[in-house]
Amino acid sequence: MNITVIALFLAIVLLTLVITYWAAKNTKTTGDFYTAGGGLTGFQNGIAISGDYLSAASFLGIAGAIALNGFDGFFYSIGFLIAYLVVMFLVAEPLRNLGKYTLADMINARFDAKKVRGAAALSTITIVIFYMIAQLVGAGALIQLLFGIKYWIAVLIVGVMMTIYVLFGGMIATSWVQIVKAVLLMAGMIIMTFLVLWKFHFNIGEMFTSVKSATSHGAAYLKPGIQYKDGLGTISLMVALVLGTSGLPHILMRFFTVKDAKTARSSVITATWTIGIFYILTLFLGFGAAAFVGQTKILEANPGGNMAAPLLAEAIGGELLFAFISAVAFATILAVVAGLVLSGASAFAHDLYAQIIKKGKVTERQQMMAARNASLAVSVLSIILALGAQKLNVAFLVSLAFCIAASANLPVILYTVYWKRFNTAGAITAILAGLISALVLVALSPSVMSPVPGAALITGEPIFPWANPALISVPLGFLGGYIGTILSKESDPVRYAEVKVKANIGYNEQS
Amino acid sequence: MNGQNQKVDYVQVEQSEQFQQFMTKRKKFILPYTIFFLVFYFLLPICTSYTSFLNTPAIGDISWVWLFAFAQFVMTFVLSIVYVKKAGALDQEAELIIKNQIQKGGAA
Repeated sequence: MNITVIALFLAIVLLTLVITYWAAKNTKTTGDFYTAGGGLTGFQNGIAISGDYLSAASFLGIAGAIALNGFDGFFYSIGFLIAYLVVMFLVAEPLRNLGKYTLADMINARFDAKKVRGAAALSTITIVIFYMIAQLVGAGALIQLLFGIKYWIAVLIVGVMMTIYVLFGGMIATSWVQIVKAVLLMAGMIIMTFLVLWKFHFNIGEMFTSVKSATSHGAAYLKPGIQYKDGLGTISLMVALVLGTSGLPHILMRFFTVKDAKTARSSVITATWTIGIFYILTLFLGFGAAAFVGQTKILEANPGGNMAAPLLAEAIGGELLFAFISAVAFATILAVVAGLVLSGASAFAHDLYAQIIKKGKVTERQQMMAARNASLAVSVLSIILALGAQKLNVAFLVSLAFCIAASANLPVILYTVYWKRFNTAGAITAILAGLISALVLVALSPSVMSPVPGAALITGEPIFPWANPALISVPLGFLGGYIGTILSKESDPVRYAEVKVKANIGYNEQS
Repeated sequence: MNGQNQKVDYVQVEQSEQFQQFMTKRKKFILPYTIFFLVFYFLLPICTSYTSFLNTPAIGDISWVWLFAFAQFVMTFVLSIVYVKKAGALDQEAELIIKNQIQKGGAA
């Protein structure tokens, strides 16, 4: 580890702590804690959404996937991007209009049923825990590589930092850490893209020609099919990518940090542009890494390709750029896990404790206490799980989280806003059908079962053929909601009239 | 905002001509565009999985599959601009419904 890396690393830690100190002074109510009091501007929130979305998995994972697998790596960039059109057109504004802190709040705008709230909280917590373990294990491995420290120390550093941000600074600190990181990350990406293009004499055609002979795949590198050979399996993955985003709790929570639907809309626009530009740049990073670092070196550093971006920084920009990109990657991990802690804590403290156990009869002080305790509990639990999961291959947990989000959360969101006949029973069956089918199918898939000992959790022939079952589990979520609804006689057109009006025109009695 | 003191009759608002018209306009742009971008998106993996015509070169070593992929980005940017325009145009109507109906308790 050299001096520059340590200095930049400490600078990031210091900067985020200053933000947290300032945020702590401004965090007075539960609303501040969960949603920054709804006080972010559309632009700020848009940048923060981009920050939440551009996790280490996006930044390092996609750059690596493109470097190693060419076009097939780019599938991720496209799926993650188009997902924002789903968010923009179908989810963002109704969600802002109906909800307060959590997804369960939004569904409960239509049904005052504890069971529905409980089911929504359950799927939120499941997604958060899986996503969190994946991020923390990835973070530990990455920081181990970048800074040469032990895995458990790396996990502890990330864990303690995220706990501090959330515990003291709540959503205000988390948002601003996210904004700072998103700006740094974009700056790093633009610098690297510029350097890559410079090496190719600003000629994109030359870049394509050059990578054609740069890898062991030869001309096939520029064609789809290196990694994804099974048609339905590929389409299934694309379903999870495009529909999962609009069900991810830490992304949904972001729409409650602005004051109204109009601001929510402008933040999705900012996010879409930022994320779109980012994903175009992943191509230059991936190709750059393939051409200037080389597959052998990328695979040597990390079999998943996660070191492609930092190694490219070293190859084209020397020690200083390597240090900068490493520090940015570290900040990325910190910011994303903090957002995850917060969305998990809101499901525990707001949905399960304040609304279900205490039936909404809690004082402001009790709510705040519960929010902080839940944050601490979620943090500690995920640190312990991450420490225990070091040896496991956890890459599938991210796609599992996307799959549950798409199968359990999206159907219930769409039905709540757009289907008149939908009822309490349907809401519960929609969530459970999506959640259970996603869990079971992933457990039987090649992600969990592999005939090669040690390659996955269970040794054996996979029973289900696709790594990501969204193509089956998302329709099952919708079907579950449909069957549950028609089997129950309950129907409340008066309440739906209210929800329909409020969701579409953005009228809120409390505001 | 007011409206806390009186009970709003949302059924009446929902059935009012003003709101019905508003919803028709909203559906008219949300539904077709959503279907369009989902079809455009899924055409990419369907074409790459079951056909190979996208592998023909378009510009030098850049084949059609890359141009199709870049078109996805262009579509996203264009649709985000369209969305802002269309949704923004409906904001005024939404405010009128709030002012004329909801704040009067739902009586049109």
